[in-house]
Amino acid sequence: MSQFAVELRDVVKRFPNPAGGEITAVNHATLQINHGEFFSLLGPSGCGKTTSLRMVAGFEWPTSGEIFIDGKPMGRTPPFLRPVNTVFQSYALFQHMTIFQNVAFGLEMERVSRQEIQRRVEAALEMVQLSGMGSRKPRQLSGGQQQRVALARALVKRPAVLLLDEPLGALDLKLRKEMQLELKALQEQVGITFIYVTHDQEEALTMSDRIAVMNQGNVLQIGAPVEIYERPNCRFVADFIGETNFLFGKVKAIDPDFVTVSLRGSERELLGIPLGKFHPGQEVVVSIRPEKMRLFDDTPLKLGVSPNQPNCFPIRIIHTMYIGSDTRIVIDFGSGVQLNVWEQNHLSTLDALAYYAPGQELWVTMRPENVLILPEEE
Amino acid sequence: MAAETSAITPTSRFSLIRRLRESSKAQGLALISPTLIYLLFTLVLPLLLVVFLSFMTRGAYGNIVYRVNLDNYTRLMDPLYLRILGYSLATAALTTVGTILIGYPLAYYIARTPPRQRSIYLFLILVPFWTNFIIRIYAWIMILRTEGLLNSFLLKIGFIQAPLEILYTPTAVLIGMVYEFLPFMVLPLYTSLEKIEPAQLEAAADLGARPHMAFLRVTLPLSLPGMIAGSILVFIPAMGMFVVPDLMGGAKTILVGNLIRNQFLTARDWPFGAAASMLLLILTLIFTLFYTRRAGFGEELLV
Repeated sequence: MSQFAVELRDVVKRFPNPAGGEITAVNHATLQINHGEFFSLLGPSGCGKTTSLRMVAGFEWPTSGEIFIDGKPMGRTPPFLRPVNTVFQSYALFQHMTIFQNVAFGLEMERVSRQEIQRRVEAALEMVQLSGMGSRKPRQLSGGQQQRVALARALVKRPAVLLLDEPLGALDLKLRKEMQLELKALQEQVGITFIYVTHDQEEALTMSDRIAVMNQGNVLQIGAPVEIYERPNCRFVADFIGETNFLFGKVKAIDPDFVTVSLRGSERELLGIPLGKFHPGQEVVVSIRPEKMRLFDDTPLKLGVSPNQPNCFPIRIIHTMYIGSDTRIVIDFGSGVQLNVWEQNHLSTLDALAYYAPGQELWVTMRPENVLILPEEE
Repeated sequence: MAAETSAITPTSRFSLIRRLRESSKAQGLALISPTLIYLLFTLVLPLLLVVFLSFMTRGAYGNIVYRVNLDNYTRLMDPLYLRILGYSLATAALTTVGTILIGYPLAYYIARTPPRQRSIYLFLILVPFWTNFIIRIYAWIMILRTEGLLNSFLLKIGFIQAPLEILYTPTAVLIGMVYEFLPFMVLPLYTSLEKIEPAQLEAAADLGARPHMAFLRVTLPLSLPGMIAGSILVFIPAMGMFVVPDLMGGAKTILVGNLIRNQFLTARDWPFGAAASMLLLILTLIFTLFYTRRAGFGEELLV
């Protein structure tokens, strides 16, 4: 067994553009996916994630670079000779075959004996909770059930790597959440490497061991869900994963742990942690997640707490929205900047004041660790 | 009383319109009534007439003697007529097979080209239909006859020493029939081939199927409805075809279509012609039902 289940080494894929010229779908992508890992390719549509997956499956060949599966260079190996199987977004079930025949198809191609086909297909259908459905046709099943058939059909081949192309995209939200948990449990049970393509950041965060965030053909960041969310390496990743507030400014001072940024069009200064290399005077973007700010009234100040601590500013409430678990507040940060703040309602009360009111004048504070300084993109 | 009647009359006059407005069944019937009336006069009544005629007898001067009997049907059991019937069945079946063999690769190719090219190819397939059918058959005669284009060409390149005798043989009839019915096979085949998502073939390859296996196990079965629809569209009219055998088969080739036409126009034996028509109708019905029983009536007919 080689070091990686799948490796993309400097892979480029260009397509001819119908309007002339070429489109670069994947731009010098390098990825290493470990054995048994649940790895997600995450990005907006057209970012190259599906093309990357199709190159691993063998439906497309790289323009340059090389793809290795279990250490073996794939070159132009056709799909039917690769040790990977795919779950398609449209499921691509064979409509003219029964569920049993669909799942058995891959084993028949391997010339597995009839008894073994019977045994393995039944086991696969049981694994996806479709025992007894074998004689039905795909059209007679619900979307979620078809999804499971597609999964069973790919897993019954015991692939080294399972490729999933937005497999839950066609399901409704509730079913999708259920299937997310089921898929993750299934992956842990069978121990097969999963490469999972999705544009749904929440889905990627919940299920993945590691995530590669892609945009416009480039792999921007690879890391565990926590790293991607808490320490994004660029503005796109911070914006695409979860919600955040952006502020703009210039680096004023740098000390070993923190960077001071003077905000554009304002006297205010923010202290935050640098994600990247900075020099004084450099234009930067500051990212602060809405759940990582605190609002408070001036009682502590009256009690003699100094307002001069970092990242503590007077603000005005513009708008509040009660959504049950949280209250979502839009605040006026001064000089025309508005910030979103989410506050968890950990106190059960009917007191309207607890949920703030527009026009209210308060203070906001944010710990320097929660203020992320990112390089401004050119 | 008078006041009461005048109050009721407008209501009853409008009740038909109101019923039409409220009942979707009545709306459907109203919409389809022109077609129904047309079919009643051009299909149902003539057919009943033919059924009626087939039980009558021919008079001495080609007139119809109204005496119910089964003589016409017993006469059809004569080996001479049975042979014509068998020959017609074989020709129609071979025509169907021929259109599948030529039409399948063509439809497959068109379905795989980019959408803009597809409409051009489909257009090209339909272009010959702008020319009169008889003229197209005469064009084939020009090609196939002894001093025709094909023979002159083959002689010139030295492929053959003496001209081939193709025209006025069963082969010529088959060539003409396959040519004539080809579009009826290509169009439904194209429709069903075009509907196969590329992902289906990718899934087959992904599951380990080499291209020929993917074709046999996925493409072919998925295009079966189109093939059945095409076969029905070719086989039924091919059974009754008489122009092609007349013009390209010479006097040697007689199909059941020619037989029927001769009874009506030459022999002036309408009752016997009617009986032959009934036999053709029933045979075609049996074969079509037999052919479609397994895979349904071919959804592609409904496209």
